[in-house]
Amino acid sequence: MRTALFVTCLNDTLFPRSGRATVTLLRRLGVQVDFPPAQSCCGQMHWNTGYRAGTARLARHFVDVFGGYDAVVVPSASCGGMPAEAYAVAAESAGDPGLVRAVHEIVPRVHELTTYLTDVLGVEDVGAWFPHRVTYHPTCHSLRAAPLGERPYRLLRAVGGIDLVELPAQEECCGFGGTFSVKNPAVSGAMNADKARHVRATGASVLAAVDNSCLMNIGGRLAKDGAEAGRVVRTMHLVEILARTPEDGPVPGLPLAAEATR
Amino acid sequence: MSRTFVGWPAFPEAAAAATHDERLRANVTRATHTIRGKRARLVAERPDWEDLRDSAAALKDDVLAHLDSYLLQVEEQVTAAGGTVHWARDAAEANALVTALVQATGEQEIVKVKSMLTEEIGLDNALEAAGISARETDLAAAIVQLGDDLPSHVVVPALHRNRAEIREIFVREMGRHGRPAPDGLTDDPPQLAEAARLHLREKFLKARVAVSGANFLVAETGTVVVVESEGNGRMCLTLADTLISVVGIEKVVPTWRDLEVFLQLLARNATGERMSPYTTTFSGVTPGDGPQTFHLVLVDNGRTRALADEVGRQALRCIRCGACMNICPVYERTGGHAYGSVYPGPIGAILNPLLKGPDDPQTASLPYASSLCGACNEVCPVRIRFTDVLLELRHQVAEGDAAVKHPAEKAALRAIGAVMEHPAAWNAAVRAAGTAGPLVPKNRLPGPLGGWTDSRSVPEIPKESFRSWWKRTDGGTR
Ligand code: SF4
Repeated sequence: MRTALFVTCLNDTLFPRSGRATVTLLRRLGVQVDFPPAQSCCGQMHWNTGYRAGTARLARHFVDVFGGYDAVVVPSASCGGMPAEAYAVAAESAGDPGLVRAVHEIVPRVHELTTYLTDVLGVEDVGAWFPHRVTYHPTCHSLRAAPLGERPYRLLRAVGGIDLVELPAQEECCGFGGTFSVKNPAVSGAMNADKARHVRATGASVLAAVDNSCLMNIGGRLAKDGAEAGRVVRTMHLVEILARTPEDGPVPGLPLAAEATR
Repeated sequence: MSRTFVGWPAFPEAAAAATHDERLRANVTRATHTIRGKRARLVAERPDWEDLRDSAAALKDDVLAHLDSYLLQVEEQVTAAGGTVHWARDAAEANALVTALVQATGEQEIVKVKSMLTEEIGLDNALEAAGISARETDLAAAIVQLGDDLPSHVVVPALHRNRAEIREIFVREMGRHGRPAPDGLTDDPPQLAEAARLHLREKFLKARVAVSGANFLVAETGTVVVVESEGNGRMCLTLADTLISVVGIEKVVPTWRDLEVFLQLLARNATGERMSPYTTTFSGVTPGDGPQTFHLVLVDNGRTRALADEVGRQALRCIRCGACMNICPVYERTGGHAYGSVYPGPIGAILNPLLKGPDDPQTASLPYASSLCGACNEVCPVRIRFTDVLLELRHQVAEGDAAVKHPAEKAALRAIGAVMEHPAAWNAAVRAAGTAGPLVPKNRLPGPLGGWTDSRSVPEIPKESFRSWWKRTDGGTR
């Protein structure tokens, strides 16, 4: 069984700690994970902006890099969903039937991280310990496009010491939407402000999700608001919570769950 | 001349202005959340809801696949029932036809009941140019017309106005167009409704000609179906001598059994009611009962263009329930006017470019007026996959035949793409990003990304990328 990590370009450059946490967690669960260094980007920005030729080129690259693996694990619901949702259409639009076949062949082996944990490895309690108040935002992709359902909640509930609180209006989009936040910054910012307000209302010290793109968006707002209010809510990819054990202790600088108050 | 959306700015500009209007935002949020809640309760009552959606989508797809023969059936049945059918390829043809039909009656003041299509084609201004005044009688449409305003929602066109604003419009405008508002009018809803009733009743009783839209056209009997809440539509449809129904060609349903499916979906999804208070059906002319002259104007105006789009044609299934805009987080923050059309929200973002072609900056901006969150996919009673159509239209704007292109963006993405596709360049770029941290301005990203940082802090760029860490530590083992 050869397992590869597709870390995604955003995690590679801006959130390497999520990639490292994925490696730590998978090793703890007995998975020997490989990182093929030729990997690049899933092409989501191209795809969402309408550039299918570019998406098809990145799809070809993805298939070349990961074709030899039995499983490809992706710590992102939106990037992890790209092969299944976009690659075949992009390949067809590029008039490349060979690529269409290769895409259909690889798609069943590409797994978003939480699905890999619960459905492939069959675990819920991953031995994590995280004694802080956490709220979870189901990103639109993980909620609707490739629904993860209860999986992230089941994984989080099994974490020792955690105080998991529900996020009000959690199903509402944070306003990121890639291209959308660049083309329509005013509307995107208004959506994000509401999301950040709901997050702060939970009293959580950490906001978790399965997409660092959305967390970067909400985190940008939380940092700005927090700097004014004197208390910043941190954002963490869910895997960073799952990777921590009692030996790691509490996260320095974060209030303990028992002390976390509204 | 009444206001129109002609020359409207592209979405980002119109939307940015709307997000700063706090009263608008409060009005839209209150209204959409109220309807959302009512809809959710009534949908939950039906264990067969998902089956109804499947049936409705399949029925509409059948209609669209055989539209030519269904339309001929409509014409045959309406003619047999004593009506006259007219065909209009575009807005200009439709407006000329309706104007000529009204002129033939010699009337100068006519009534209208809510018809988005006549708004789409700009009928009011065409009639006005011919010296004919057309007064809206649907309450919300009348509020929009009295206020010289524009509609912002397909079911509740005055959704962006609150009670106090409506009272002010009534007091200021009613007297200029007929019976004035009663003295001492407050913003109490029953009082506002009574003021509207008195003002509009005068119009119904005087008017000899009425123009209506339609929710459905039943092909097997040539029956026009109008669904509404107030009964004002029924007054229009029954009191005038001449009735002119202006209807889009996609409104056909084959039989009455098919209509049943849509009537079960429409009210629950649109207003959170089990059944609409008024469902009026009429077929041609009945001697001695209701209008004695009936014209049906069938309008294309871009619908066959949309029909030719393999992915986009599903937008023609729309039954205008408004659920997609009620659930939309973008619409909630911008209101309907930002979309520059009588069709706002998610359906507007796809239907307008499909009808008109995504060839000017306004229509080309609409497919990008979405975060692709997909909430609309879940509520549409005819299962339109908005996210699929949005992506298809973006592809047409970015790479297809659309006359508008985005050269700057294209060049930027091509550059990024070139780097991403070549491992060596990518590795170098990632390393550069890690060391470029201090060079990136702290508070504002450069160029087109500047807007992003208006309301957010810039993320810190870590010193070491994941791939550098993996290489340095041999995958964390050293
Ligand atoms: S697109 Fe669907 S949800 Fe939106 S108005 Fe039309 S039928 Fe209703």
